[in-house]
Amino acid sequence: MKILIIGNGIAGITAARHIRKNSDHEIIVISGETDHFYSRTALMYIFMGHMRFEETKPYEDWFWMKNRIQLYRAWVETVDTDQKHVILDNGKSMSYDKLIIATGSSSNYFGWPGQDLKGVQGLYNMMDLEELEKNAQHCKHAVIVGGGLIGIELGEMLHSRHIPVTFLIREDSYWNNVLPPGESAMVSKHIREHGFNLITSKNLGEIIGDERGCVTGIKIKETGEEIECDLVGITAGVHPNIEFIKSSKIDTNRGVLVNHYLETNIPDVYAIGDCAEFKEPIAGRRPIEQVWYTGRMQGEVLAQNIVGNRQPYRPGPWFNSAKFLDIEYQTYGMVMPKLKEGEESLYWEHPDGKMCVHIVYQPADKKFIGINTFGIRMRHHLFDQWLREEQSVEYVLRNLRAANFDPEFCKMYEREIIQQYNQQTGSSVYLQSKRSFSSVLSFLKK
Amino acid sequence: MQTNNSLSLANPHPPQLNWAQKLSLALGALGGLILLVAIAAPSDLNMQSWLWPSLGLLTASGLLYTYFTYKDKPAGIKNDGNFFSSLSHRGVVGWVLGIIITGFYVLLYYFESYLGFNENGANTGLVQMFDPLSMFLKGKAASQWFVYGVLYTVAILVMGVKFIVKYRHNKYQVLRTISVMFFQLAFAFLIPEILEGLNSDKAYFAKDMKNMWPLNYYFFEDWHLDNMLSGGGLGMFMLVLGIAMIFIISPILTYFYGKRWYCSWVCGCGGLAETAGDPFRHLSSKKLIAWKIERWMIYAVLAIIIFVTGMVLYTYFTGQAQILFLNTYTLRSAYGFWIGAAFSGVIGVGFYPILGSRVWCRFGCPMAAILGLQQRFFSRFRITTNGGQCISCGNCSTYCEMGIDVRWYAQRGQNIVRASCVGCGICSAVCPRGVLRLENGPVNEDRFGEPKPIIIGRDEVGILS
Repeated sequence: MKILIIGNGIAGITAARHIRKNSDHEIIVISGETDHFYSRTALMYIFMGHMRFEETKPYEDWFWMKNRIQLYRAWVETVDTDQKHVILDNGKSMSYDKLIIATGSSSNYFGWPGQDLKGVQGLYNMMDLEELEKNAQHCKHAVIVGGGLIGIELGEMLHSRHIPVTFLIREDSYWNNVLPPGESAMVSKHIREHGFNLITSKNLGEIIGDERGCVTGIKIKETGEEIECDLVGITAGVHPNIEFIKSSKIDTNRGVLVNHYLETNIPDVYAIGDCAEFKEPIAGRRPIEQVWYTGRMQGEVLAQNIVGNRQPYRPGPWFNSAKFLDIEYQTYGMVMPKLKEGEESLYWEHPDGKMCVHIVYQPADKKFIGINTFGIRMRHHLFDQWLREEQSVEYVLRNLRAANFDPEFCKMYEREIIQQYNQQTGSSVYLQSKRSFSSVLSFLKK
Repeated sequence: MQTNNSLSLANPHPPQLNWAQKLSLALGALGGLILLVAIAAPSDLNMQSWLWPSLGLLTASGLLYTYFTYKDKPAGIKNDGNFFSSLSHRGVVGWVLGIIITGFYVLLYYFESYLGFNENGANTGLVQMFDPLSMFLKGKAASQWFVYGVLYTVAILVMGVKFIVKYRHNKYQVLRTISVMFFQLAFAFLIPEILEGLNSDKAYFAKDMKNMWPLNYYFFEDWHLDNMLSGGGLGMFMLVLGIAMIFIISPILTYFYGKRWYCSWVCGCGGLAETAGDPFRHLSSKKLIAWKIERWMIYAVLAIIIFVTGMVLYTYFTGQAQILFLNTYTLRSAYGFWIGAAFSGVIGVGFYPILGSRVWCRFGCPMAAILGLQQRFFSRFRITTNGGQCISCGNCSTYCEMGIDVRWYAQRGQNIVRASCVGCGICSAVCPRGVLRLENGPVNEDRFGEPKPIIIGRDEVGILS
């Protein structure tokens, strides 16, 4: 059987690897972006000089031939599901028995005047990075529009080249459509501490250019104020990269529509990763999940489906992570920007403003709902288990130290966190477990 | 697009240095120049009064550069521009530095008279410059090894301070670096030098108290054993300590903490690699082929030193130097020349800017080989991966000085249990998502982290292997 995978990102490559592990099917991965799989999340580190492109490739180049995964460098222009083939930009066509669409995302542009000027760009793929190398070369001042994870990464990148950055966000505090107020305020402060000019509650009005078609500045919508700049980073979210599918018979909405088995409306055609949209969202989750981890999990599940071990995509408890300049962030379970009804929260912040832990629970039955942790690493295995077991918040607090994943000798703050909970609720929870590895294993063995 | 080409090669923005940083570096250049002049000066030029100005300038340079580099930067990982810098990415500066250090080592090991060492009379040149300090510490004129010891210790101390400031947010790194600085200053330099002064009538025996066989390959040679046996209380102490270190203390410590207790907390070679070598740690090759070469080379060196030591002990106990066609004296001197000097010294340190900071530790050190075998098969140490949080970015692998492809394991959710890991903890420090943790735990199947689901985060139905 010939399996064609469009896209060599984490979703497509994970699918390819797991299909190979479990079968002898012919596997072809098509990408127009790069010859080999690289870690998209590491794009920023190439620009900052922490790594070269070579270092961002998780597998050496011989890996693909050894595992009989054929790589083909081209862009797919159209998909013909009747003939079961795709047409490539080099005019060739390629047939398939099963087709996997894993084409990721594209940056959002919201029709701003001047958005096509030279020096206006997003940051998602290798082409964007090359563009940024050019745009940053003589850049005196950059404006970044949109404050999400990519925005702050782009800011950090430019900052590493000593380019002053103005960060324009429509929210009144950084990423507070995702982060609760405490965390958002802490990160906002950290952004300013790094010397970024963070402008909040403002929208982009238009982008201004000169007669050569190059950016010279932007205008803020609300105030009409102009900010001079020669680079505009558009990081106002992403959308599924599926333009080329629109002409096919495959059903799409914002993304390629799939069921829980990652199957589209056309037999033998599947979609995974950023570009897939669930017709019926999985309970408690968004219809489109644009996260590295979900792309990887979907790739694993689809591989099972294709090798005959049919099963639905059933993600476990939500988890994610990021790094905001110097502050690491991890989340397990569901911590919403605003508490839901029947939820209560425990927010502890270190006096230096670089660490905080935010735990959400239901006071009625004390059920633990989720945790945000900034500047303190926590163990995924334990939180995954505690969330599945629906443990109580007090159980989690008692055992919080076992979940501490910081390097040895780092100062630990579980006592302070528990003390705050006790003060807040009048309880008398105390720290029970140690951080030792044996203590961790005692949880996992249950 | 040429995706195989590093974008960094086209980077037009080398890291910018401000005037204060440049001035700091200039002071260091001046300090180095004094040393160079001392080497090249005519033999009747006495430069003793220039010792402190030179060491002072070198020290001030390092400390001021550190201060001006990090004073305005919040604590956090500081790897910006590593792959753009000529020094840290095999550019002209890196090659020139590599050639200078290599040249110095060649002089040190094979042409000490060019450095001014005179066995039968007064020293001249560079070695003479260090005579006053040597007289002060042990009441004897300096040797080329004393010069080397001083410069080596200064390098670890000054660059150690830089490392601590760079990783000040990470207490493991801070404590570890204080430890290597302390062991170098006290156990490898001051105590042995002072003891030698106090026991000047005794013959030489292993001075570096933390340097055990087989890193210290002459431990069992007849002259060394005899010196210790006839060396009174101190000699006997060194003999007993030496043997206990090899057969009792080191295995116990390695069982509990992995080889890091020695390689990245105590060892002098490791000390230099972790401090002065830090800017070059990413230059080690992570390719599979490099790992294959590593395994052949390091265990070959281990086999050779065990063989040579066996021959040497045979000679010691039987008085016979000739076994069939082999002469044990030829053997030991060949090992000393090729492995002890050429490999560990000249290549091990001289090639820092080309091959990374742990070339010797990774490809040659028989001590690391022994500790590594134990770490791999009988130790509580491992690096744990944090569930499914890995984003395969590659920072861990890139900054592994031992060339371990840490990411290969992390992205599979597998623990890292490798013979070569020295436990420096930098993979964990540079990870942007909090995925890696050095820890000690029970020696059982969980150590490798394999029986658990490969990557957690979804309900397992199919068995992925």
